[in-house]
Amino acid sequence: MSTPTKEAAEPASKIDMKESGGGGEIPSFDVTLQVRRYDPEFSDDARWDEWTITMYGTDRVLDALHKVKWEIDGSLTFRRSCAHGVCGSDAMRINGRNRLACKVLLKDLDTSKPIMVEPIKGLPVEKDLIVDMEPFFQSYREIMPFMVNNSPAPTGERIQSPEERERFDDTTKCILCAACTSSCPVFWTDGQYFGPAAIVNAHRFIFDSRDDAGDMRLEVLNDKEGVWRCRTIFNCTDACPRGIEVTKAIQEVKRAVLTRSM
Amino acid sequence: MTQTKGTLYKGREGMWSWVGHRITGVGIFFFLLVHVLDTSLVRVSPEAYNAVIGAYKNPIMIVGEIGLVGAIVFHAFNGLRIILVDFWSQGTRYHRQMLWTVMGLWVITMIGFTVRHLMLFLDGWGGF
Repeated sequence: MSTPTKEAAEPASKIDMKESGGGGEIPSFDVTLQVRRYDPEFSDDARWDEWTITMYGTDRVLDALHKVKWEIDGSLTFRRSCAHGVCGSDAMRINGRNRLACKVLLKDLDTSKPIMVEPIKGLPVEKDLIVDMEPFFQSYREIMPFMVNNSPAPTGERIQSPEERERFDDTTKCILCAACTSSCPVFWTDGQYFGPAAIVNAHRFIFDSRDDAGDMRLEVLNDKEGVWRCRTIFNCTDACPRGIEVTKAIQEVKRAVLTRSM
Repeated sequence: MTQTKGTLYKGREGMWSWVGHRITGVGIFFFLLVHVLDTSLVRVSPEAYNAVIGAYKNPIMIVGEIGLVGAIVFHAFNGLRIILVDFWSQGTRYHRQMLWTVMGLWVITMIGFTVRHLMLFLDGWGGF
């Protein structure tokens, strides 16, 4: 029961795609892909590799990466699983912004310039576009991302009104792709900061009427490295592929910490 | 392989206002440090104070003062914006509009200040 939020209108295509009569050929175009490569087995330095490939109007950045990996250079390394914006595996920096490669259509980018693909920032790069996600999940575990309810289990479900469910609806959408946390300048320089994703997932339980451990989570986040590190930079809100109002959620947790202590 | 370094993260209004807030904040801190030192010279001797304060009476400092006021005005208005983002429940949704308001107020304030400031200066240091 997600809220009917207004979807942003689809951006106008940057490529002139001829109207193809039913069943006609899909228009194709050339794109140049620049990928930041890193392989510690060969060099300690990262480098840029460039390929020019022919792609179609229906293709996404992930399809371009697939084409390179499957047809040109099998050593190109990246994560992807579902390839449909649900699993959150393929967050990467595309033209300087964190995006899911499976959700960015090539035709929506400026293909007159190379498309720059880099690993997400702030987490140690292991190879090419793969980063070590452990610090990210460490913060996630610390906010206790599970329901805690001390009252005896009822025979049926725990009843919740639509209004109570609505309170934390936005933050239930998180897919833990780390696009928000790795877009945060505070997180880049201070790896101890919990980061937006952990706070979003704490928000999901703090404002759940069925949960009893909100105070414990607020305690965890009322830390030098907790919610107060947020400088309201809004990169996280811009990066979230699920459209979660991340900064808004963090601000609500901040205010909950304040009102609780008063 | 045209570039060897990684690219700059393409943050939007929120990121650049934060960068501006940081830079102006650090700049104002250093000004205040110098300002406390030169003002406290009056305890050493009024002559030393006059000599040091006299050093401000030079065209480069006139331009510097415009920069200083510009930094303070931005830091002040943007600080109010951040307070609204923190405490107004709708603040996070209108942070962009609030930033444009901050920039508008900054331009108006700076036009007023710069005109008055330069008039005093061109008046042959009359007001200084």
